[in-house]
Amino acid sequence: MPGSRFRRWAKGFRERDTWAAYAFLSPWLVGFTIFMAGPMVISLVLSFTDYDGLRETSNVGWRNYEQLLSDPKVAKSLGNTILYTVMTVPGKMIVALALAMLLSRVGRRSAGVFRTLFYLPEVTPKVAIGVLFLLLFNGQVGLVNGFLGLFGFDGPQWSTDPAWVKPGLALMSLWSVGGTVVIYLAALNNVPADLYEASALDGVSWWQRFRHITVPMISPAFFFTLIILTIDALQSFDEAYAAFYGSSASATYSSDAALFYLVYLFQQAFQFLHMGYASALAWLLFVVIMVITAIQIRVSRRFVYYEGGDR
Amino acid sequence: MAKENIDLEQYRDPALAEITLDGKLYGLPGFYDNRVLMINDAAVRSAGLTPDAVDPGDRAALSTVTDQLTRRAGDKLARIGFDPKIPEFLPMWARAGGVEMISADGTKANLDDPELVAGLEYAVGLINAQGGWGSFKAFRDSFDLFGDRNPFASDQLAAFPMEDWYLNVLADVSPDTEITIAPFTDEQGEPVDWVTGSAWAIPAAAKHKDQACTWIRTMTDSATWIAAAEARAEKRKSEGKPFTGVYTGNEKADERIFGEIVQLGDYPVYDKAVKAVLGAQDSAFALPASPARNEFLTAWQDAVNRVLSGQRSPADAMRQAQQEAQTALDDAAK
Repeated sequence: MPGSRFRRWAKGFRERDTWAAYAFLSPWLVGFTIFMAGPMVISLVLSFTDYDGLRETSNVGWRNYEQLLSDPKVAKSLGNTILYTVMTVPGKMIVALALAMLLSRVGRRSAGVFRTLFYLPEVTPKVAIGVLFLLLFNGQVGLVNGFLGLFGFDGPQWSTDPAWVKPGLALMSLWSVGGTVVIYLAALNNVPADLYEASALDGVSWWQRFRHITVPMISPAFFFTLIILTIDALQSFDEAYAAFYGSSASATYSSDAALFYLVYLFQQAFQFLHMGYASALAWLLFVVIMVITAIQIRVSRRFVYYEGGDR
Repeated sequence: MAKENIDLEQYRDPALAEITLDGKLYGLPGFYDNRVLMINDAAVRSAGLTPDAVDPGDRAALSTVTDQLTRRAGDKLARIGFDPKIPEFLPMWARAGGVEMISADGTKANLDDPELVAGLEYAVGLINAQGGWGSFKAFRDSFDLFGDRNPFASDQLAAFPMEDWYLNVLADVSPDTEITIAPFTDEQGEPVDWVTGSAWAIPAAAKHKDQACTWIRTMTDSATWIAAAEARAEKRKSEGKPFTGVYTGNEKADERIFGEIVQLGDYPVYDKAVKAVLGAQDSAFALPASPARNEFLTAWQDAVNRVLSGQRSPADAMRQAQQEAQTALDDAAK
């Protein structure tokens, strides 16, 4: 009953602990209201207006949302972003898991050092990563093609060939895999050792242990990172923008293949000053992310094992 | 304007044209960028040529010269012979082909003009002849454009059209590099100087318009430019380097800057170069202002990028650009 639930909630304020809890929560609540909920409401209102930040704002009803349907760049940028997400999320999860498993085998003291080293790229500004992309993946003098050349491969033109732009950016995204490594490492450390001991006594192979103990036991971490990395990839902006659209110099060498959804949204908002349309674009992305996340949650019920649960 | 007693006569006409729409002036001009041809004398000499051989007015000859100036190391590009600077300088190639990319009133795009498509085809052809866009751009991305290993000093580039400010960069980081400046020309040999610039404007909803106007008047006034140029010249002098001037939208300021402050008697290469830039200014043109300037710009730049990356033919790309640009211009006019 909603009424009784509310009464129970209100009754809680008779306790000092409730006040203390809200006092501790208040920095986040205030921050969320001012920096998230407030702007979201404003953006929702703006999505029904023609607003450029310079002139009078006028109401346009659903026109911005209708325009989304007829604008070919919406489909193009959304397609680019989803393809990039499909490339980058599994790649990040696999590489992070491999690194975490390696880390879990080193001694406790050196693990701290390696954890720090793996995490350091995570704090690299994403704009710097975008610039680094152009240097590392330079088709003529880049380190990546230089490395491939050692094995006799003629590397592609990563920054100009439309077929290689997204794979290049996806590879570059592995640079900041440290946060996921730390999550997997914590999950691996929480797998009860007696499960491995029992399996060793039963003489199971490394692969069977990995497949039937490690993977199920850390599946909640997989699920968590899948959701977070997917949302992060769908909101990709900085690296692609810095590499292909960032400065007035590179902006002239834009690539359709790097037109990610948020890059297009940014163009509409801050280059063309179509803030109302950009707000509608933002809400479409919100819906897309919600739908994808809902599907992931639904599908995950079959694959995620929670101790104490049915699976 | 009246309150601040601003004399519009002091500003250059192309600079004012860029910020005037439907007869209404929307700002006051700041910096002013001319585009001229910059030639690396040493590179040209090494090919047994002279700088005047690099002549954009003679397209057949320019193709041959580009081929002669291009250097390879194995299968890699070691020196760009001629960089046509597309997509960013497409308006210059358009004007050289007698094409106005947008109508004078800024309402009609003209991006699918056959002459413009031909100019684009030619410029892309120059890049393809030097190995194609992939390796060309990758090599160009590796340039240390602002350092002492810049492409002229390190013999990575023989010639390209460029904004005048790069002269000042070269004078700062590699003053001993020998360069020749010439106007970009059309096929009749007439100079074509595409100029762009920055401008100061006041948002309609600004709270302190009068103070903002005073600020703008001060910042664009000839006395301010002259004071800034004197400070820059003094700094360069103390470093023992040439000062090649600062190009402004204020003609009166430029007269003082280049008449009195810029003293290049000890640097004949830069003296000649600056005179060439000043000469090109007589042929300056700006793209007319439009109510959807950024969308227009994005449309033709994206089109050229699609051609360079092999996704579209020049004709198809410019047709798409025309459609995108005209839609944006029509929407903005509503």
